[in-house]
Amino acid sequence: MEDKKTFEQSIMELAEIVRKLDNGQTPLDEAMELFEKGVRLTKECNNMLDEAEQKINILLKNSDGEVVAEKMSQ
Amino acid sequence: MNNQSTFTITQINKYIKNLIETDRLLGNIWLKGEISNFKPHTSGHMYLTLKDEGSVLQAVMFKSAASSLTFKPQNGMKVIVKCNIRVYEPMGGYQAYISEMSQDGLGDLHIAYEMLKQKLSAEGLFDNYRKKPLPHFPERIGIVTSPTGAAIKDMLNILNRRCKYPEIFIYPVLVQGPDAPSQIIEGIEYFNKTSSVDVIITGRGGGSIEDLWAFNDEGVARCIAASSIPVISAVGHEIDFTIADFVADLRAATPSEAAERVISSTEEFKTRIKNAQDKIYQGLKDNASSKRMMLEQLGIERVFTSVKNGIDDKKIKIDDMFDKIKRNMDVLMERKNQQLKMSASGLNNLSPLAVLGRGYSITFGKKGKAVVSVTEIKKGENITIKLSDGVAGAKIETISEN
Repeated sequence: MEDKKTFEQSIMELAEIVRKLDNGQTPLDEAMELFEKGVRLTKECNNMLDEAEQKINILLKNSDGEVVAEKMSQ
Repeated sequence: MNNQSTFTITQINKYIKNLIETDRLLGNIWLKGEISNFKPHTSGHMYLTLKDEGSVLQAVMFKSAASSLTFKPQNGMKVIVKCNIRVYEPMGGYQAYISEMSQDGLGDLHIAYEMLKQKLSAEGLFDNYRKKPLPHFPERIGIVTSPTGAAIKDMLNILNRRCKYPEIFIYPVLVQGPDAPSQIIEGIEYFNKTSSVDVIITGRGGGSIEDLWAFNDEGVARCIAASSIPVISAVGHEIDFTIADFVADLRAATPSEAAERVISSTEEFKTRIKNAQDKIYQGLKDNASSKRMMLEQLGIERVFTSVKNGIDDKKIKIDDMFDKIKRNMDVLMERKNQQLKMSASGLNNLSPLAVLGRGYSITFGKKGKAVVSVTEIKKGENITIKLSDGVAGAKIETISEN
């Protein structure tokens, strides 16, 4: 994986922040931190979607009978 | 000449008709043969001849029965038909009236399909609770299918349009013929062994039951059931149901539908992100104001404000009052001063000293008290006379009343 964090991980973190802020019990300074982190995550997630390019691999057996992935261009 | 009666043609045909049409076997019978002289009528009725190596039989399939056929009958096609044999009196012949027709050679396939379906169903392989949920965000998608053909092209196009993010891994296989099942199994097992994808799609484009047969293979079915990675079956057309479809975690009616359902679209993801963003903003707003609200509910803030306001107010009031009092007192003092001055001068005039100045004197008797009446004195007594500027002693010589 090229991304340090996967899209799924990022969006899960985002959902967790929403949950924490939603219950309104969080102390205000912590809430501010979560808010900043949440805004950062939304930017990251949107970027991951916008910058994505379709990557296609075709799996073939080489001469040793091992399966290797070859990048395919459409 | 013998004693036999002579029958008319009509009578004998009627006799034969009765004979045949009361026969139990001929009333409901399955036949197999080859189609020849196939003549579809514009009315929808079909006329044909069924034959084998040694014999022929006329047959007809009326529109009502023919309309439920899933294939087009053709000359040379081997079929299995359900029919009854009846006599067509005017022609002096009999024919098969077909109610059901299916392709033969496939009869075996159909039977095998039904048997495997029952067997695996009884083992619980089709049970709903076994079906794994698809991942919400498949980062990697595995596809076990033919690398050529419309199915893979359609899937790649739809995935490209829908969401470019997931990485796609194609394990190319034959999707029909006797070698297909083992290759399909190999592909699914490879993805499982390497844990290299989050979801697997396996399938192919449409075709006949023979074409799709690999996906009715028992080994393929068991492999799909054993896969720990969720499997989407995507075989043929909407109406085709293969064993793979029953055992998969999700059945897609076509390969294109599989590509639609394997992942949400980029637009849907962005909407979810936006919703989360809105909730975060709202959550923070609510949080800040909820703190204020809590304070307000405790009354603290209000009390502080009002007490502060009250004190300030009172301070002002007190200052005001002092000023007023001071002003009033000044006025009062001034007035009093004036009054005092005035009454002082008045008083002055009335004071005994002022009277003495006008010629009056005060007479003090022997006790030192002022004398106000002649009865208080006797002849010969000593008295003191106070004048404005001094005193004189005197002795009383004479007394006379007014």
